[in-house]
Amino acid sequence: MSEDDEPGRPQPPDPGSKKTRNCAAVHPSPHPDRVLEIVLEHVLQFLTARRDRNAASLVCKSWYRTEALTRSHVFIGNCYSVSPSRVTARFPRVRSVAIKGRPRFADFNLMPLNWGAHFGPWVATMGKAYPWLERVYLKRMSLTDRDLCLLGDSFVGFKELELVCCDGFGTGGLAAIASKCSQLRVLDLSDTEVMNDGVDWISCFPEGETCLESLIFDYVECPINFEALESLVARSPALKKLRLNREVSLGQLYRLMVRAPQLTHLGTGAFGPSEAQGASDQEYDYASAFSACKSLVCLSGFREIVPEYLPAIYPVCANLVSLNLSHANINVEQLKPIICQCRKLQVLWVLDSVCDEGLKAVAAACPDLRELRVFPFDPQEDAEGPVSEVGLQAISEGCPKLESILYFCQRMTNAAVIAMSKNCPDLVVFRLCIMGRHQPDYVTREPMDEGFGAIVMNCKKLTRLATSGLMTDRAFAYIGKYGKLVRTLSVAFAGDSDTGLKYVLEGCHNLQKLEIRDSPFGDAALLSGLHHYYNMRFLWMSSCHLSRQGCREVARALPRLVVELLSYEGNEKMDDGAVDVLYMYRSLDGPRNDTSESVTIL
Amino acid sequence: MAGDSRNGEAGANFFGFMQGNSRDWLMGSDGSSRNVTACSPEERKLELRLGPPGGEEFWSTKEHEKKISSRGRDEALASSSYFSHMVPAQTSNNSLNNMNTGQKFSTASTAKASAPNVSQKRTAPAPVVGWPPIRSSRKNLSSSSTSNLKPPPKSQDVVSNKISGEKPAESTGKGLFVKINMEGVPIGRKVDLKACNSYEKLASAVDELFRGLLAAQRHTSHSGKETKQEEEKPISGVLDGTGEYTLVYEDNEGDRILVGDVPWDMFVTTVKRLRVLKSSELSAANLGGNKQEKRSLESGPSSR
Repeated sequence: MSEDDEPGRPQPPDPGSKKTRNCAAVHPSPHPDRVLEIVLEHVLQFLTARRDRNAASLVCKSWYRTEALTRSHVFIGNCYSVSPSRVTARFPRVRSVAIKGRPRFADFNLMPLNWGAHFGPWVATMGKAYPWLERVYLKRMSLTDRDLCLLGDSFVGFKELELVCCDGFGTGGLAAIASKCSQLRVLDLSDTEVMNDGVDWISCFPEGETCLESLIFDYVECPINFEALESLVARSPALKKLRLNREVSLGQLYRLMVRAPQLTHLGTGAFGPSEAQGASDQEYDYASAFSACKSLVCLSGFREIVPEYLPAIYPVCANLVSLNLSHANINVEQLKPIICQCRKLQVLWVLDSVCDEGLKAVAAACPDLRELRVFPFDPQEDAEGPVSEVGLQAISEGCPKLESILYFCQRMTNAAVIAMSKNCPDLVVFRLCIMGRHQPDYVTREPMDEGFGAIVMNCKKLTRLATSGLMTDRAFAYIGKYGKLVRTLSVAFAGDSDTGLKYVLEGCHNLQKLEIRDSPFGDAALLSGLHHYYNMRFLWMSSCHLSRQGCREVARALPRLVVELLSYEGNEKMDDGAVDVLYMYRSLDGPRNDTSESVTIL
Repeated sequence: MAGDSRNGEAGANFFGFMQGNSRDWLMGSDGSSRNVTACSPEERKLELRLGPPGGEEFWSTKEHEKKISSRGRDEALASSSYFSHMVPAQTSNNSLNNMNTGQKFSTASTAKASAPNVSQKRTAPAPVVGWPPIRSSRKNLSSSSTSNLKPPPKSQDVVSNKISGEKPAESTGKGLFVKINMEGVPIGRKVDLKACNSYEKLASAVDELFRGLLAAQRHTSHSGKETKQEEEKPISGVLDGTGEYTLVYEDNEGDRILVGDVPWDMFVTTVKRLRVLKSSELSAANLGGNKQEKRSLESGPSSR
């Protein structure tokens, strides 16, 4: 359910699979050198972690070759860092591919539309090279209907399609997948935009029993043919994960649930009655439908919730490991009866409508909580702030096993952040968004330096940090000094001068992804990171103090770096060399050739 | 607090930018590398400083700001001009690469912003693009997906626009649909506020939407008497309190307010949801309440 998780690694391949070369069958007595390679192949099959595989490939040429032959899952963190043909040339036997495209700030409209990250070239190349491809995971990429058709046509045994935060295609493309991929097990469209072309894609799944295990379309904003969906669910006995979009009403949810009591993951859709039909929905016994789902561990949806129906979920609360109420505008009184039954809960996403009191209830009820996300009901800078440092403090005290937190609020104190750093030493991800820019500590009026400093100091496992509020260079000094494991850092409206960024670039040796906006860092700071940029996946700096000159110097110093300058509309006349957005990343294959007018590559 | 110098324009820019309007981002001017070495006066201007604004150092956005009245940002959105219309002749050394709202504004605003003014609640600052960092799929929430007022940067309409690069939203008749429920009627409807451009039209739309349903409701509630078509009474007087029903609305803060008090344009920008309640049951206590009250009212006689 995590929005930014790395895609799950597949299981090690079945040792009996055909893809393992078995020279022994062909040549009864292989050359001694080949023996070692054969042994290595067999051994390397079990190595799945890509870092381990990368390390193995560096041992010597023989290991490089063997590793390349046995790699079945390829992860490409930046689609432009390498060309598709280079990938298929090195790894000929891939079954599963994960590709990430745009940087995260694109989600917040900081990137021009049509910037790139097209799946087309990848599917075209892989279609020829990997006829046995089974799984594609894409994040922040653009696909067309045609790409999806080609995918369906190229890969006979295609099993899993996961598209996270993607766009560019419509229901026609989905129909192509549904009809062409007869072995489809997973169709996951989390957070992906699908254009409503009016095609009834749900009806395009083949007749008869399907292999579907996971059907996730909760953010697809198109109406669906419910009868077809009901029939599909009924003939998918392996279905475990079903996440419905908000067009599905409570009554319809009931009908689906009674056909699929084996579900483990459920996205409830609207969780309210439909308005469209004439007579109001039959009043089903929703609670009984939920109690029939004995394996349910992950619950989400509640897109148009009518809170009076919430008690229907009581029967499953005790087993819930993950609960996403982040679309449900409920208050603390409505949350309490649910949360106090969720003793096993590890992942919780809520809206700040539950207030600090609601978070206190969570802290009291869920000692096992690992991940918490608190989203704002009203994401504006000056809205009322129902959650604050009080909620954060409570959570830190009640949930010592916390590993990941994303917290939107209007006010915060250093004291609460420091408390969390001490109470939750297992924190790996700490993302605090104080929504008012440059907001200091609410009580002391000091910058938030000490709070974030404490986080990097005390949370020794921290790999991801997002900052907010008023921050001086001092905060960055802390991050550079103590944030040795930090791989992803997000900075906005922070810092005083170049020194801040210098601290980070010089200190954070493991930094992979750095995204900065609206902060006073200039060329001098940029140039202080030259030693590190080849180790990074990307650097994003928008609305900072960079100049073309500075960026050009970087491009000259590091020829394998693609340095893209993006311009906001209307700035084309501004000839003073100021830079709107710098987006740079390493690439083995040089600058791309699919840029639009707003992009300059130095 | 930051951003008090933002104005409605930024919102317009933001929205104009987002509409795409088949405009690609334009290339920054290439060519000779200017010597943009550390020009101290410029850089000083661009620096974030803690402290009150320095006065004459500021950009022309100041006069620019005066020109733009303090319209709600949503109205600015509705008029949806491009960036280019709005930006005055900027000084040549403006560095637009600074804390901009809508990527267009100077650091003037930011320097001001650096003196946080947290004690009072300001009037809504014009939004900065992409801040707070919330994905579009979440932004629809507070408007429960019906009203298009809070700019959902990637609403379905905008998606189609951006892909096909076609007409901007404001020039088409894309409706502004708000949910409307009538007390005693289980079925909610949606009314297109863009199609009505006055309260009178809205009132007659209410009548149109619910007259039949109300009659049907009365019919069924009359203990199954098989009477002929129950006479359909027009629903009137919803605005002035003279009718059996009164029209109220819920705004973006969840307060319940009588319809008709504010100018139509302002109403359209703040309304999130409409309700038609029995006049007899309406009392001061039911109005202007918080979400709690709203909830208790919902579980009352009105249907879901």
